[in-house]
Amino acid sequence: MNKLAVIGSIDTVLGFRALGLDTFPASDADGARSALRHVTSGDASYAIVYIEEKLGVMLASELDRHRSNLTPAIVLIPGREGATGAGLARLRESVIRAVGADILQ
Amino acid sequence: MAQKTITPTRMELTRLKARLKTAVRGHKLLKDKRDELMRQFLEVVRRTQSLRSKVDAGLDGVGRSLSLASAVMSTDQMEQALLYPRQRVELSVSTRNIMSVRVPKFDFRTSGAARGDIFPYGFAQTSGELDDAIIALSSVFSDMLSLAEAEKTTQLLADEIERTRRRVNALEYVMIPEMQTNIKYITMKLEENDRSTKVRLMKVKDMVLEQSHNYQ
Repeated sequence: MNKLAVIGSIDTVLGFRALGLDTFPASDADGARSALRHVTSGDASYAIVYIEEKLGVMLASELDRHRSNLTPAIVLIPGREGATGAGLARLRESVIRAVGADILQ
Repeated sequence: MAQKTITPTRMELTRLKARLKTAVRGHKLLKDKRDELMRQFLEVVRRTQSLRSKVDAGLDGVGRSLSLASAVMSTDQMEQALLYPRQRVELSVSTRNIMSVRVPKFDFRTSGAARGDIFPYGFAQTSGELDDAIIALSSVFSDMLSLAEAEKTTQLLADEIERTRRRVNALEYVMIPEMQTNIKYITMKLEENDRSTKVRLMKVKDMVLEQSHNYQ
């Protein structure tokens, strides 16, 4: 069985803890990076990693390493401040890669 | 086109012609694959986009409720209330095949708590806003799962489309033209050889006739 992880500021991840997801509070890029390394290491069985947008943006290269693997799926989620559009930007990136142009409206 | 040394023989010509045939066929197949992948991709992108806006909006609501809750309760209190979750989420991953691209499919199962009783705390010391936040979060959760699936699928498909497009272009603009020029080169060389042999033979015949019969 696989597990789900949430990485983000303590305010963001608290709610997910109630749902039964594994939460990893991180307040800066370094904390988030070590949390991400931990959940994506070989012996951890996390299939989905939700990461707060503002932390995910700082770790873009780290996230891209898992891009072509089946799991983990790394998804950006908005934090307390609301959506910044970083999640949509990542989708846009895929579209540009495949189509060669930005066709999202 | 600058070509490497190719030997202008009939054997080489047959080999090249066979390769060209395969390349043209492969090109057509890959092009079809690319078109179909693109169609599937656009479908998934549309789905991802709508899921993304749904999840963003949903989590915005959760954030607002949590902010309200933290106005009433301290972070410590909240952390304490949520310290031991009543339920656990387990995820099973299976794979689906889209045009021989393996994409994940997530199914989740919760265990531990009874339905509708997900609050891991007593109601005495917590605020109602926290309950709202958790209810909202659990309702947006299934969309979050679909979003993870859809987003991963777009990434994997995008990679595959890029790869296929490269191969189509390599065949169309490099391999096939190169083979065509090589075939032309060999054909011309062979014809040239034929002509020179013919001329030489005619010349020899003339010389033989002249010697034996004194023909002029």
